[in-house]
Amino acid sequence: MINPKKSNVKTAHENIPIDDREEYWIERKSTIKGILYGLFIICIALFVADAFYHKHIVFKIQSLFGFYAIFGFFMCVGLVLAAKFLRLFLMRDEDYYDSDR
Amino acid sequence: MTVIDNLILILNPGIFLILGGLISNILPLKISKTLNIALPLLLLVNLWNTDQGNHFSALFLGYNLELFRVDDFSYIFGIIFLIAIAVANLYAISATTSRIEPSASMIYAGSATAAVFAGDLITLFIFFEIAAISSVFLIWARGTKRSFSAGFRYLIVQIGAGVILLSGILIYTSASGSIGFNEIGIDAPGGLLIFIAFGIKCAFPFFHNWLQDAYPEATVSGTVILSSFTTKLAIYALARSYAGTDILIWIGALMAAFPIFYAVIENDLRRVLAYSLNNQLGFMVVGVGIGTEMALNGTFSHAFCHILYKSLLFMCMGAVLLRTGTANGSDLGGLFKSMPWTTGFCIVGAASISGFPLFSGFISKSMILTSVSDGGHWGVWLVLLFASAGVFHHSGIKIPYFAFFAHDQGLRPKEAPMPMLIAMGITASLCFFIGIYPDFLYSLLPFPVDYAPYTTSHVINQLQLLMFSALAFAVLMVFKIYPPELRSTNIDFDWIYRKGLYTLITSLGKSIKYTEDLLFSVTSKGLKILMAFVHLRFASLNRSAQTSIVGNALVWVLALLLSLLVLAYSM
Repeated sequence: MINPKKSNVKTAHENIPIDDREEYWIERKSTIKGILYGLFIICIALFVADAFYHKHIVFKIQSLFGFYAIFGFFMCVGLVLAAKFLRLFLMRDEDYYDSDR
Repeated sequence: MTVIDNLILILNPGIFLILGGLISNILPLKISKTLNIALPLLLLVNLWNTDQGNHFSALFLGYNLELFRVDDFSYIFGIIFLIAIAVANLYAISATTSRIEPSASMIYAGSATAAVFAGDLITLFIFFEIAAISSVFLIWARGTKRSFSAGFRYLIVQIGAGVILLSGILIYTSASGSIGFNEIGIDAPGGLLIFIAFGIKCAFPFFHNWLQDAYPEATVSGTVILSSFTTKLAIYALARSYAGTDILIWIGALMAAFPIFYAVIENDLRRVLAYSLNNQLGFMVVGVGIGTEMALNGTFSHAFCHILYKSLLFMCMGAVLLRTGTANGSDLGGLFKSMPWTTGFCIVGAASISGFPLFSGFISKSMILTSVSDGGHWGVWLVLLFASAGVFHHSGIKIPYFAFFAHDQGLRPKEAPMPMLIAMGITASLCFFIGIYPDFLYSLLPFPVDYAPYTTSHVINQLQLLMFSALAFAVLMVFKIYPPELRSTNIDFDWIYRKGLYTLITSLGKSIKYTEDLLFSVTSKGLKILMAFVHLRFASLNRSAQTSIVGNALVWVLALLLSLLVLAYSM
């Protein structure tokens, strides 16, 4: 159903040839790796932090160790998978509505 | 001088904006653009010094219209509306070339502001409708075929909501004898109609598509302006008339949850923002539904922050659209190299909408969540928590990531023009300022604030939620599970009236035509057969049963008529 053919994007500027793309530090593989490790370490630290403060509990589920972390992670994975699944039913061609009035 | 002073003090600032919009159409373009920024700021200073109370009444058809009511509710909305239009007009300086846009935006913002200060339902209705009509020009100004039809659909929905509002007001007024724009309640006569009208303007589920349909088709600066007013005015109206209505809690929860699924798979980044706008309104609607002092404080502060960070995000995507000609995630990437400032401002907006500590969303959204949990609504609380994680996922990560990082597409557009950068800078600073100094916003709220956002538990819980959502994104990206941005349309509820009803009506028409053709051919064939039979059976018996040419019959008829004429005159 989807037309994979790339139509040309109208650009308001002159296109710089792709080959003089300079590599920025943030694009380097090592930096990306660093960011991922950093994120991982922060997450572990935040998870462990649950042991060290007084929780404000209203609902029982909040007393679960690392509740917000677990909830955030699995809900987001679920969200993306569900949305990806919904594409099967919802996705149409880009100009699907263009024939309407 | 004192006369002018008094006039400014007693007249609704929205009316001044409308007048400014009308004048700016005839002034030279440069002067009108300056006026569009200066006037809201002057009115802001003026409003800051205005006392509470009903400042201007007029008698109209026996009803006492209150044209300028300043109280705890209208004050904060008036202030944020004036800030929003001033900043948006600054942004628009280099974005607009058309003459209609600056004045349409002033009239639109002016009527929305005027509606906020309306003390009665008639004034509210009039300004709500002026806002609906003037805003459509911000969509049509884009000048594309898509924007033209999207504008018409937008107008039909808005005016339709207006008609429902008017009928509700008529029923309510005739039953209660009051036109006051105060507590109405869903059980009052006409109350349900008014509720539905506000609901449509607020993009309740199933009434929501006008928003995602029309806003992304508006002009670069038009979308920024549109995003601030109509829906927030509806939130304000709901808070005034329907605070504590239980059904709003569930409507709001649904509103907060379902748009995020669409936001994840949508390709047009401005449409992603429109979906997340819908999702943020859900939080506010829940707050109105809870209706306690803390919940309403949360709703009002969230509306305030939301107008700022949503404008900021639309400004950033507008700058991208202006410079590259597209806002599609599938065609963008690597823009941070040539648009570093826009990238930075976008990240501030993303952090604010996600509710990162130190940014504005954190200090307002957490108030609503706390009031929900205090009310013991654990189901709604979980839905809102999910929506908070989801909003970080699609607005906080997806928007900046796919526009400015992701795959370098080789696009090297110029940085956004200076006025745009200044406008984005001001809005970003406000988001940050409110985040680190929430007392400023809390002092504007209608009820005294007994709430501390920066407790250890709040901060750590929020960070856990957000960082693990980020981790989920990273994991899905690394394992290539994350759905790629594709050029596509996702069908939503608007399919019902854009395809479903259209197909139904055209196929109904076709089947009527088919039946008609069938009946015609059957009867004409049947008649032919009958005639042939008559001819066969009787023609040999009698001459009068034989067919003859039409001309003969005509001669006979003529002769008959002539003889009748002669007979009539001779009598």
